[in-house]
Amino acid sequence: MKQTVRAVVMIVLAVVGGPAMAVTPQHFEDPAQQRQYEQLLPELRCLVCQNETLAESEAPLADDLRREVAELVRRGESDAEIRAFLVARYGDFVLYRPPVKTVTYALWFGPFALLLVGVGVWFTVARRQRRMGAAAPVLSADERRRVRALLERDEDKAP
Amino acid sequence: MMRFVAPLIGFLVLVALLYVGLGLNPREVPSPLVGRPAPAFVLPALEAGASAVSERDLTGAPVTVFNIWASWCAACIEEHPVLSAWVKRRDLPLVGLNYKDDPDAARAWLARFGNPYHKIAVDREGRVGIDWGVYGVPETFLVDRAGIIRYKHIGPLTPQVVAERLDPLIDRMRAEAQR
Repeated sequence: MKQTVRAVVMIVLAVVGGPAMAVTPQHFEDPAQQRQYEQLLPELRCLVCQNETLAESEAPLADDLRREVAELVRRGESDAEIRAFLVARYGDFVLYRPPVKTVTYALWFGPFALLLVGVGVWFTVARRQRRMGAAAPVLSADERRRVRALLERDEDKAP
Repeated sequence: MMRFVAPLIGFLVLVALLYVGLGLNPREVPSPLVGRPAPAFVLPALEAGASAVSERDLTGAPVTVFNIWASWCAACIEEHPVLSAWVKRRDLPLVGLNYKDDPDAARAWLARFGNPYHKIAVDREGRVGIDWGVYGVPETFLVDRAGIIRYKHIGPLTPQVVAERLDPLIDRMRAEAQR
């Protein structure tokens, strides 16, 4: 019991404590700015470790970018202005939610197009099978008799 | 007949997509800075007593090479002989940005490997690096006479990159500047 509790505590500490230690905290006088900062970071990509957000990355560049974002927040810039600042330097790639424009149409609408294709294929296959099923009788009377005979023979052999 | 052809076409499309997609380098993020004016900066020079370095040091010549490097960067050592030989061969002005580095370590690095730079700006905080969209040292920019960024290479320069991408562009930029 005691061991279980200890294990649980250690797992919780490992999960909660890991990211907390990695990131230099930024402090804000205004709680609204603190909120803005915390909401903005998970939407931004760390360029060095590309599958991490700025909120969680330990890379030195991520820390620099957090410092930059924090300063813009303190200066009272809006979310859109801060995003524009980063996009001007690193491109749309820094945004985890890329803007909808011509080059990102495939990204935004591709999955739905594929889904439509899938539904189309499913319908055609289903309809074809239904048509073929209706055309041919499943078993003729003669075949039915043979099946019954085989099944009965098996039942006789059963222990 | 269609029963076999349709899946085969689908398969070939998938193979083509994967062939192209997996061949791309995810580190090569297209820079929004290409085609735009060089971001402004004023930074102290690495050499003691030299005047400050600014974006104006990147304009004027038909092609100026702007190379981001640091003494802590292993790939910079790998790139160094390629970069040095290239700027010498093509007679290119080379400006360096010493990125997030200790100036003493940077000077020791240059003393050890040689200094191909005409000017070096010191960006200790990495602020100018952010304005230039730097995220992986070394990076190399080509700036034209008007101060427009024409090319960005991320990662160490190799003889292949120089021959296939940079040299042809330099020929073009020099031809443009003569017009």
